[in-house]
Amino acid sequence: MLLERLIKFFTSLRLTVVLLVLSLVLVFAGTLGEVHLGLYKAQTEFFRSFFIYWHPANAAWKIPIFPGGYLLGAALLLNLIAAHTSRFKLTRDKIGLWIIHAGLILLILGQLATDMFAVESQMHLREGQMKNYSESDRLDELAISDITDPKLETVVAIPEWLLAKKGDIRNNQLPFVVRVKEFYANSLLSTNAAPGFARVNANSGLGTALWWQQVPRETAMDRRDVPSTLVELVTPQDSLGTWLVSDWLGHSQTFTANGHTYQLQLRPERFYLPFSLRLLQFHHDVYEGTDIPKNFSSQLLLNRPDTGEHRQVLIYMNNPLRYDGRTFYQASFDTDNQGTILQVVKNPGWLTPYLACILIATGMVVQFLSHLVPFLRRRKQ
Amino acid sequence: MRRIIPWILPAIFAAWVLSTLHHSPETGFHTRDFGRLPVLLNGRVQPLDSVARNTLLQIRERQSVGDLSATAWLMETMMKPDAADKQDVFRIDNFELLNMLQLPEAQKYYSFSQIQPHLDDLTREAQRANNVEDANRTAFQRQLLKLDNALEIYQRLKLSLCPPGTTDFAGQLAAYQQAIPAGVAAAQAQEAKKIYDQAALNRLLDFLSSYNDLSKYAYPLMVPPATGAKSRADWQNIGQNLMSVVHGNDLSPAVTDYAAMVTAYNQNQPAAFNQALDDYRHWLGEWFVPENRQGVQEFFFNDFEPFYKAMVIYVTAFLLAIIALLTFALAPKLSETLRRSAFWLVVLGGVIHTFGLVFRMWLEGRPPVTNLYSSAIFIGWGCVILGIILERVFAVGLGSAVASFAGFVTLVIAHNLSMDGDTMEMLRAVLDTNFWLATHVVVVTLGYASTFMAGLLGVTYVLLGLFTPLLKYKSGNLELGKVLAKMAYGIVCFAALFSFTGTVLGGIWADQSWGRFWGWDPKENGALLIVLWNAAILHARWGGMIRERGLMNMVIFGNIVTSWSWFGVNMLGIGLHSYGFMAAAFWWLLAFVLSQVALILLGMLPTGMWKSFRIPSGPASA
Repeated sequence: MLLERLIKFFTSLRLTVVLLVLSLVLVFAGTLGEVHLGLYKAQTEFFRSFFIYWHPANAAWKIPIFPGGYLLGAALLLNLIAAHTSRFKLTRDKIGLWIIHAGLILLILGQLATDMFAVESQMHLREGQMKNYSESDRLDELAISDITDPKLETVVAIPEWLLAKKGDIRNNQLPFVVRVKEFYANSLLSTNAAPGFARVNANSGLGTALWWQQVPRETAMDRRDVPSTLVELVTPQDSLGTWLVSDWLGHSQTFTANGHTYQLQLRPERFYLPFSLRLLQFHHDVYEGTDIPKNFSSQLLLNRPDTGEHRQVLIYMNNPLRYDGRTFYQASFDTDNQGTILQVVKNPGWLTPYLACILIATGMVVQFLSHLVPFLRRRKQ
Repeated sequence: MRRIIPWILPAIFAAWVLSTLHHSPETGFHTRDFGRLPVLLNGRVQPLDSVARNTLLQIRERQSVGDLSATAWLMETMMKPDAADKQDVFRIDNFELLNMLQLPEAQKYYSFSQIQPHLDDLTREAQRANNVEDANRTAFQRQLLKLDNALEIYQRLKLSLCPPGTTDFAGQLAAYQQAIPAGVAAAQAQEAKKIYDQAALNRLLDFLSSYNDLSKYAYPLMVPPATGAKSRADWQNIGQNLMSVVHGNDLSPAVTDYAAMVTAYNQNQPAAFNQALDDYRHWLGEWFVPENRQGVQEFFFNDFEPFYKAMVIYVTAFLLAIIALLTFALAPKLSETLRRSAFWLVVLGGVIHTFGLVFRMWLEGRPPVTNLYSSAIFIGWGCVILGIILERVFAVGLGSAVASFAGFVTLVIAHNLSMDGDTMEMLRAVLDTNFWLATHVVVVTLGYASTFMAGLLGVTYVLLGLFTPLLKYKSGNLELGKVLAKMAYGIVCFAALFSFTGTVLGGIWADQSWGRFWGWDPKENGALLIVLWNAAILHARWGGMIRERGLMNMVIFGNIVTSWSWFGVNMLGIGLHSYGFMAAAFWWLLAFVLSQVALILLGMLPTGMWKSFRIPSGPASA
């Protein structure tokens, strides 16, 4: 009895309409949210969530007030599958609907896969520069490099989310414990006691002469958070010292421990590639007599040691490089026109929208024709 | 006879349209030929007529200055600026701005001479306003910046052809060319620390300093690339060409001919002017065939004004269709005559609309939709075509009424959007792809058009149902109300198909150009809203949750969703599709949304209050 009612509920068209209308409200609210919260944060709160929460200013508790994107997506998916398995018969006049909905399911699942597995990063290259890694445009990592052997650099990278938890971090490669004493996800540094800044409690490195301040997370699309953290390196015997590491500093700080030389740096999180790209030339074309951009293009040299591949590639607007499971897009450039910023996307599900699109378009045409043709025939008579 | 009557009005309008194609030869200055001359502006070759019209639209919101045609005004501005300064070409509506400039409030348009005494105040305040973020500017500041921009364009136009105060430009050119050898020799001698002719050097430097101003401020580039130039797009302004002569380059025939035109214009000698103009056109015809053709064709397009003509025809068709509907039962024969007349007028308007649309595409070498302006033209076109199809299927006058209304309103919107300047502007990097413009943009815009079309049918249903008994009247064996419902349902199916396919194609374009199928960009979200809403309507109807009235109320809400997606999201000022904050349009959007909400509320009134449903059944069918 209960099961029957449950099945009836999940297969009903009424539920479909309610979910579609709720989605409409969610997308509209999310769009407005993007104005205040910025694209990224609004996405996390509205679309990549099960619930949207409300809480009074400065309150520690929050209550769910509206279903989020994950919940609505999952419910729609369930509704779709349930309705198809229990209600629809695979008949000739329904075949279009079947194809459309199969395409929709593929689309929703594909987007879920993208959401879970896609990694986006950026590669900033000046003309002549070569890199074999891309960098996160939002997250940082604490890199501790053993540079004792000039031929071999060993890097231990601690991701930002681990730093944010504070506390002790151990790694087999390191003869010391990294004790995160303070972590600011977004920060400012100062060389003097300006208002709002506090003395950095460091006893080693550059931080001994600096003041710092925690600031709210960035919401603007074109700016990123600049984190800073205070870490103490501790061996079983004693403390090696307390360092300030910050993305503001721009370069690493060197120290020795156990006879090894190490470098310490908080930098954008890196994703290493099995090949390198060198920027040969960047072009910014404008229309004659104006400053309206016509095209941006990057002439690059791709070099892959393990296969010996060595060739030039050209990336320009609407023409990315797809290589090794990653796609490189022309995203931005330096104001002096001598550097390029490539968007690097690794998305195993990138083909699903294409397939879904073909399925749905086919289904719609089939369904449409199967209604239009008899209708016109009736009118003719 | 009765068969002919419906054709009379369409025939008159067709004759009117054709008659405007004929022009008797011009007496006096050949202004029209001057308007056909190609120049380079905004990165594209266009006729001087387009420069004149687009400038006037920006500064005066009209395409002429009283009796003066746009090109005639441009000629005066470039060749006799002192006279042009007295023309009332700057439209100022803001009282605060008028007070600041100490201008009388009674006028609508003001001349440069009137504004000039307060130019310093204006520049200073404009700089201040410029530092305020776009969204935070007051109405005064926005109007101020608009005027400042208009003045800048105007002053640059004055410096596009000859230096200020020049009347005999041809004579001046001769003197300049004479001064060059001695002046250059003097300059070389000075460099080599030898004795040099100071007077000769000064004479040359005087010329150069005034030409330098021309080269810096000129608005259109008027000199075609020299033979042997690297690129066909390598146009120069007159000042640049004049200055390059010192370095041993040839003076372009364009400059010599324009100079002769300036002299003849100032001496009021039309014959000499026309001779120089013909010489120049002849030269262009020899060396710059595609540019010349571009000028002639775009001039024809501007002059023909297809969208204006379509607008006039649509209004007439709409009035006829409405009268036809209202007399449906009272005078069935008259109604049928009017209905046919209205239908053929819509077809005539549609033909001219299509002609304009296709001609524009051909001029630009682009698919139909490249910016907001062309999206309005295209949405209107889509609605008209859908309306014509509806009228063919259900011959009751409703299709014509809705088509002509939509055609008229969208063309009015397009006209207002054209005030921003060149509507055939070049496309910024990522948009410079005909493939995606032809697929994603066209399909998604058709989605907008059909959603609006369904919405309009909904509005028609509510208005007719509440205030007339028409919904219950029968045409053939169908009640009008049922006919409307069938139409709306069919169009919603169309809308769902187009908006969904268009949105997914957009996602694929996004995946191709920045690696994200879906990025929750506001414009993407807007398109998704339309898809969701159309899907909701269809499922609600399939599930029997709504019937006739419910369907109509839902399609009216579709108008709100679509207007949000078309204009609303552009006003948010964020994301990859943002075109800047459109303050004036915001109030129109708000008014539109409120009107649609009001209609939905009316649509939800109990049936007892509907005139159509109060009567048990309509009179016998016509």
